[in-house]
Amino acid sequence: MAKHETPMLDELVSGPWPSFVDDLKQLAAHRAKNEDNIEYQIPVDVVEDLLGILELSFKHGRTHWKHGGIVGVFGYGGGVIGRYCDQPQNFSGVAHFHTMRVAQPGGKFYKTDYLKQLCDLWDLRGSGVTNMHGSTGDIIFLGTTTPQLEEIFYELTHNINQDLGGSGSNLRTPADCIGQARCEYACYDTQDLCYDLTQEYQDELHRPAFPYKFKFKFDGCPNGCVASIARSDLSFIGTWKDDIKIDQEAVAAYIGGEFPPNAGAHSGRDWGAFDIQKEVIDNCPTECMWMDGKQLKIDDRECNRCMHCINVMPRALRIGDERGLSILAGAKAPILDGAQMGTLIVPFIEAVAPYTKIKEEVIEPIWDWWMEEGKNRERLGELMKRQGLQRVIEVLGVDPDPRMVQEPRSNPYVFWKEDEVEGGWERDINEFRKHHQR
Amino acid sequence: MDYEEAKNLVVEGLTKKQKSKSKFYFNDLAKLIGEKPRAAKKYVNQMVTEGILEYWSSGSTSMYGLPGTGKQAAAEHED
Ligand code: HEM
Ligand code: HEM
Ligand code: SF4
Ligand code: SF4
Repeated sequence: MAKHETPMLDELVSGPWPSFVDDLKQLAAHRAKNEDNIEYQIPVDVVEDLLGILELSFKHGRTHWKHGGIVGVFGYGGGVIGRYCDQPQNFSGVAHFHTMRVAQPGGKFYKTDYLKQLCDLWDLRGSGVTNMHGSTGDIIFLGTTTPQLEEIFYELTHNINQDLGGSGSNLRTPADCIGQARCEYACYDTQDLCYDLTQEYQDELHRPAFPYKFKFKFDGCPNGCVASIARSDLSFIGTWKDDIKIDQEAVAAYIGGEFPPNAGAHSGRDWGAFDIQKEVIDNCPTECMWMDGKQLKIDDRECNRCMHCINVMPRALRIGDERGLSILAGAKAPILDGAQMGTLIVPFIEAVAPYTKIKEEVIEPIWDWWMEEGKNRERLGELMKRQGLQRVIEVLGVDPDPRMVQEPRSNPYVFWKEDEVEGGWERDINEFRKHHQR
Repeated sequence: MDYEEAKNLVVEGLTKKQKSKSKFYFNDLAKLIGEKPRAAKKYVNQMVTEGILEYWSSGSTSMYGLPGTGKQAAAEHED
């Protein structure tokens, strides 16, 4: 018998999709039974009360969670998001229900025994409810009490070799794609760069001093498996400068039907014979591919590395050898202003440890500018919009580049300044009148 | 500027505004100290370590205040 009646939540269960309500009820029952004899450190009925307070919010049409509060363990200004309920008498199990953000491993690689360690810790000292993973990438532990925070932190750092992630006006836990660990498209070692910057910027990660949140994300190639272009203030996307490598024999094998296109990914139904013209050449966004007899040709100067042809024919086409990454800045979800994608600020930079150029010539100048001129709660992308792309490239000390402009009119123009123009703006009016009538 | 000087500027500044405000952005502190943000941060970090300042966060934004000065009430607009 459940502690609280939840008729409205129960309706969610009746739909065709799996419901979190089922999961929570299952966990509530599991905690109540306690077959493993766990010495629960927070109320055993925390999950029952979570369901109960949610039902009450549905009934009242308003939330019963308070806003904000405690932020971390000693010395940390992030990683814990304080949550308190405003009905502690009836729902004592969730009087405190703090979220903990735990840094995810690079590329989200786990061993099962590591996952078990995390879950055992959280069953003992928290609600047992997790979110794998939060949008920033972190492992999210949902719901514990204040006295447990330091205990969990100790266990994480001393026995599980893991740290808290970022929250608030901090550098958020950097996130990367699986990269070279498993993916042949990776143009740089995403995990190495992600880890290196995480270590380098520990102070930024744990002690808030930014105007607002700041996110790094690392995609090994333009396929963008962590969607860095849409979700991070600084997005690092692998690319190459030279030519796509073509294996003409393998091209012929795709055409002849020996290799399944897209590595067999769409083989669930019969799409007919592979048609290179229709499925590759006509889909190239820059129209830079053609067949010359039996040979596939690419005008690489036009290619914008969209990855489409490589994705369709991975055995025939490979990324080039002069590899590095592009950096885009200013993506964000709507808060003050609408959603924005990243803007290209560095077309190509080498990604070789210890990444000094990336740190000293891109990240740190951007931070200095944003920390000084950004308004409170203004994301980098909003500052870029307010002061203009021209200001961004001035901050970085780079020259304007046609690749920064996607199309005329909708993108910001870069204007000459007087000191960049021979003779400046001043003209001799008498000299001018000699050639032009009034 | 040394740490003691920065500390006095911050404590004095925040105490003065105590009646109307209990939570401050990092930038407010940097302005009180009168240094660029990254330099001011060293002092602010130390003040937190010594318990002279306390963090408050909504989850998305972080703020600072003197310890126990009703920051939670302020978050719910009761001050
Ligand atoms: C060889 C000669 C010329 C070349 C190569 C040329 C090239 C261009 C280009 C590339 C643009 C920018 C288009 C865009 O923003 O998308 C442009 C715009 C423009 N051109 Fe020319 N142009 C030439 C001669 C002229 C002449 C003789 C006039 C006027 C008598 C003229 C008037 C304009 C105007 C008014 C615009 C702006 C159009 C707009 O704002 O939409 N152009 N031109
Ligand atoms: C009553 C007459 C006219 C009206 C009501 C008119 C109105 C406009 C308007 C509303 C725009 C768009 C401005 C913008 O998008 O910022 C425009 C642009 C323009 N007009 Fe006119 N116009 C008139 C006559 C003329 C004449 C006689 C010429 C050329 C001899 C001319 C050349 C242009 C050009 C080149 C532009 C593009 C400017 C740019 O985008 O940089 N217009 N006009
Ligand atoms: S972003 Fe590119 S390199 Fe990274 S996992 Fe995806 S396809 Fe591979
Ligand atoms: S990567 Fe994209 S743009 Fe480049 S050749 Fe292939 S399909 Fe065309």
